[in-house]
Amino acid sequence: MKQFDYTITEEVGIHARPASLLVKEAGLYESNITLIRDGKSVDVKRLIALMALGVKYGEKVTFLIEGADEDIAAAQLEMFCTKNL
Amino acid sequence: MKKYVGKSVYSGIAIGKINLLNKVDHEIKRNHVDDSVAEIKRFEAAKLEATKQLQELYQRAVKEVGEANAAIFEVHELMLEDLDFLDSIHNIIENQKVNAEYAVATTGDNLSAVFAMMEDEYMRERAADIKDVSERIIGILSNKATDGFVLKEPSIIVADDLTPSETVQLDKEKVLAFVTVHGSIHSHTAILARMMNIPAIVGVSLEISDAIVAKIGIVNGNTGEFFIEPDDTTLSAMEKVKEEELHKKELLQKVKGKENITLDGTKVNLFANIGNLSDLASVFQNDAGGIGLFRSEFLYLEKTTYPTEEEQFMVYKKVAETMAGKKVIIRTLDIGADKQASYFDMEKEENPAMGYRAIRICLDRIDVFKTQLRALFRASAFGNIAIMYPMIISTEEVDQIKEIADEVKTELISANIKIGAVEQGIMIETPAAVMISDLLAPKVDFFSIGTNDLTQYTLAIDRQNQKLDNIYNPHHTAILRMIKMVVENGHKAGIWVGICGELGADITLTEEFLRMGVDELSVAPPYILLLRDKIRKVNLKF
Repeated sequence: MKQFDYTITEEVGIHARPASLLVKEAGLYESNITLIRDGKSVDVKRLIALMALGVKYGEKVTFLIEGADEDIAAAQLEMFCTKNL
Repeated sequence: MKKYVGKSVYSGIAIGKINLLNKVDHEIKRNHVDDSVAEIKRFEAAKLEATKQLQELYQRAVKEVGEANAAIFEVHELMLEDLDFLDSIHNIIENQKVNAEYAVATTGDNLSAVFAMMEDEYMRERAADIKDVSERIIGILSNKATDGFVLKEPSIIVADDLTPSETVQLDKEKVLAFVTVHGSIHSHTAILARMMNIPAIVGVSLEISDAIVAKIGIVNGNTGEFFIEPDDTTLSAMEKVKEEELHKKELLQKVKGKENITLDGTKVNLFANIGNLSDLASVFQNDAGGIGLFRSEFLYLEKTTYPTEEEQFMVYKKVAETMAGKKVIIRTLDIGADKQASYFDMEKEENPAMGYRAIRICLDRIDVFKTQLRALFRASAFGNIAIMYPMIISTEEVDQIKEIADEVKTELISANIKIGAVEQGIMIETPAAVMISDLLAPKVDFFSIGTNDLTQYTLAIDRQNQKLDNIYNPHHTAILRMIKMVVENGHKAGIWVGICGELGADITLTEEFLRMGVDELSVAPPYILLLRDKIRKVNLKF
């Protein structure tokens, strides 16, 4: 299992647009990808749940990546976050 | 006539017939269905069709409102694939042995309720997105077209609320304005209305009924007012505003982004006069090159006690940052005369226009003055701030002001607080200042002529006395000669000279001012483009 922390720098937080981009990105990998904020976790491939978590600007989240392609998925996802979130 | 008030999300005036956009009411019946497998297949087929529709809508929206605003249809498409959404629908169909319509409606209601309860106003609006997605599928399942709202003539659209799909599917050419009962300034209706340049008001508490269909309505997106069956006075007043706006819009298209330059190549600065932070939007809309007069009085008049340094600093910083390097000339406290704040505890005066006011108060109550100067110098680190002192009559006053300003600067610097380069200038609004402008000029960075007070003091006419309106003549030769004299004395000392009084906006004088060599005109934002248009037609070589 891989994991990394990320602090949201996107001004609007994980709103509709950033959430949909993240879901699309996560969908590219076979691994299970979980996002944790304040002990609450969601499956990153589930858009509605991800949006409903309402992650805001400046909040720290943890990504857990587990599966056959976890190495590449973790690396790609971290890059995605820096660019989009 | 009936009048309603809501929140404006896009300005402009629309006059026309009212049309209701009623939701196609999908009355959802809960039917028993034995063959769950077939029912799920039926749902999957509808989902496929919904995806197709959304892709088409996305393409259409990209063309009409741009990619960023069209993205919401991509979000809808992803919602259709959402596992929680699909799992719930499948479960309800299988476990309860019911029809797909009912399963979709129930799931849509449950999920949108989650968003409706969220703290963030933006996220609450997403409940409408889930509803929109569910209704699309239900529409397909029940063979009711959701794309069927056809407008026969240009109309004001009144609705309970608008979903993004409804908004973008409307024939743009025929929509005059949107009026909705629900919706916030963050709703898609608002965002799309802004993109489509259509006046829109949300949050109008109005009973939606067929009775208002085809009646004449007026949407005033500037004030948030909505009139049904307006009386003749209202109608003609609104028609006039609409015409003026149309004229201004045309002008805007013509001269926006262009330079303020005469036919012979003389450039002049066109700045805006503002009195509050809320005026900043109009500064941008009218393409001002900077702020030539920011009246700081509102900070004092809106309060019951002296505004603190911090309060003032936040306001000045905000203006400086918003203007992003463009010049922001802030006038220090100009209270007294017709502008009074009770906590200043001022004695009643026989003749307040010539009394204890403006810089006279500041040089008497130095603490109040220093607080404002500290806030101004601190804010200068965040943009291009200039300070302007009002009601000057002597060189001694300027010397005293500069001494205090230097003290403030030294204090800040020794406390390691960053300050920027600040131009300091004075208003020329007394005949005394005009007559000694040659002595004042070497002491300051600029002059700005306040023509309102200058006219009243020169002509000895009280501006507030309506009986004298017929002889109050700001075009008086005395005034024009004074302006010329100030410009010449300013230029001799190498400083720039502007006009920030009402006369600056008088286009019958623009050419004369340019011939005198006036470097800057600062006017109320709505006049900027008119003046630019005028300036671009002047040729000083003839």
